[in-house]
Amino acid sequence: MRGAAATLRGELIGLAGVVERNVYLIRRYLWWEIAFFVWTVANTLTIVFIAKGIEAAGGKIDVDRTTTILLIGAVIWAYLGIIFEILTETVAWERWEGTIEYTFMAPLARPVHLAGMGIFAVVYGVVRAVVLFGIVAALFDLQLPQANFSSAVVVLAIASVSFVGIGMMTAVLPLISPEKGVQLGFIAQGVLLVVSGVYYPVDVLPGWMQALAVISPATYALDGIRAAILDGAGLGAVWHDIWPLAVIGAIAVPLGLEVFRRGERYAKRHGKLKRSG
Amino acid sequence: MTAVEVTDLRKEFFRREGRWRRRRVPALRGITFTIERGECVAVLGANGSGKSTLVRLLATLLLHDGGSAHVFGHDVFADPRAVRRLVNRVSVEASFFKKMSSTENLSYSARFYGMTHSETSTRIPEILERVGFPVERRGEAMEALSRGMQQKVALARALLTAPVLLLLDEPTTGLDPRSKLEVQEFIREVRQIHDATILLCTHDLDEAESLADRIGILDRGELIALGTADELKGRYEAETLEEAFFSATGRALVEGEEEEEE
Repeated sequence: MRGAAATLRGELIGLAGVVERNVYLIRRYLWWEIAFFVWTVANTLTIVFIAKGIEAAGGKIDVDRTTTILLIGAVIWAYLGIIFEILTETVAWERWEGTIEYTFMAPLARPVHLAGMGIFAVVYGVVRAVVLFGIVAALFDLQLPQANFSSAVVVLAIASVSFVGIGMMTAVLPLISPEKGVQLGFIAQGVLLVVSGVYYPVDVLPGWMQALAVISPATYALDGIRAAILDGAGLGAVWHDIWPLAVIGAIAVPLGLEVFRRGERYAKRHGKLKRSG
Repeated sequence: MTAVEVTDLRKEFFRREGRWRRRRVPALRGITFTIERGECVAVLGANGSGKSTLVRLLATLLLHDGGSAHVFGHDVFADPRAVRRLVNRVSVEASFFKKMSSTENLSYSARFYGMTHSETSTRIPEILERVGFPVERRGEAMEALSRGMQQKVALARALLTAPVLLLLDEPTTGLDPRSKLEVQEFIREVRQIHDATILLCTHDLDEAESLADRIGILDRGELIALGTADELKGRYEAETLEEAFFSATGRALVEGEEEEEE
């Protein structure tokens, strides 16, 4: 019993170490982070201005509502990008810095290591998403009198479990393919959002894409968050989005860990677990 | 007590030949040896002889293709986490997060071994002082430090976790003479004070002779000799270790190819 408690304590210290290291890196690369955030704001604005553009071209739309729909899509895109980027750094950044061998020979359970990366990614991603949403909403003077932000945060939190699980699967790609693994992760992120109705209803997609949308957690995250912010939907009203997210999350995390475990074994078998790939 | 027991250990990698074909290339061809607790064994070998593969197998960074390896009774491949608690490593590249300071890098590493913030806040300054790292540079990014300084921090990182088996993979390669002597002196001190067992892979003959109790000669993946420096010289009727190495392998230490991995 005492042995198990000591092991658990050691693992928790290790998990905190992963989070702490990411905080150090954010601090050391602060200007880079600020520049990347400014780019994200600019990118989000180019999308959100589309609503005003449609109105200016004579289209009859509810500009505020369409602006908010697009803004939520852009914020979720940026959030998912951060989750995938940070989880991919589990391998990619460590390989670039040359620390990968030291980290992977340390006595920390891989699920705990990945959980540390996931926790940091979610916390950092949520803070970034909230600031991004706030800045753009303020710029457009969006009035959201009905918004139920607590409900939106709950949907995002539950969706994050699935996002982290899928991120674990993409995180192993640079281990298997040092040259192209990161790019393959971008493809996975892009596909996930294309089929999930990031800037349009899922109904407009071809049938085969709609089939993929059913298993994409981003579909339910976008639907639930839009309902909460635009219509003030409470948790009961977005339950039809929450339970699929919970199911996908319950599958995605163990699947992500197993995919990573197999990828790590492959890398050890073929000598790819090293700094230069 | 036996610290390291390696029996018929084999490892192969694939080499690409053209776009589709791959050929198996043996990196270790069934090597067998033991290291007793507190002993320092040096493994001499040219580039491509299998030294780094041996270290990476014992560090749980590679899976073997045959044979076995045990560290203090723990199977390296069946129980890697138990082995990881006992082992640390210093390699030819210092390998740190370049923008982070020495203290931040050491903290990160120590957390993985269960050391809390309060423990590292006292241990890190102590250990950096012992390796001769200047106090005023502890907050500087690693990229601002010289290669010798970085290697001192690498030694500090390995010792911070109090390993009972230290794997040193060419720890002084590329260092200036003064840094090299400092690192070698520190390795001696570690052995005396920490009772650490050391496996030193090197192609520096003087370093091997001055630091190790026994010296092994690894050539093209085969451990062709293992004994004290005097035993090796006697066996090959050589006056120097360099001559013994040449007699054993038929070539000079600097020759060879890079170890090949897919």
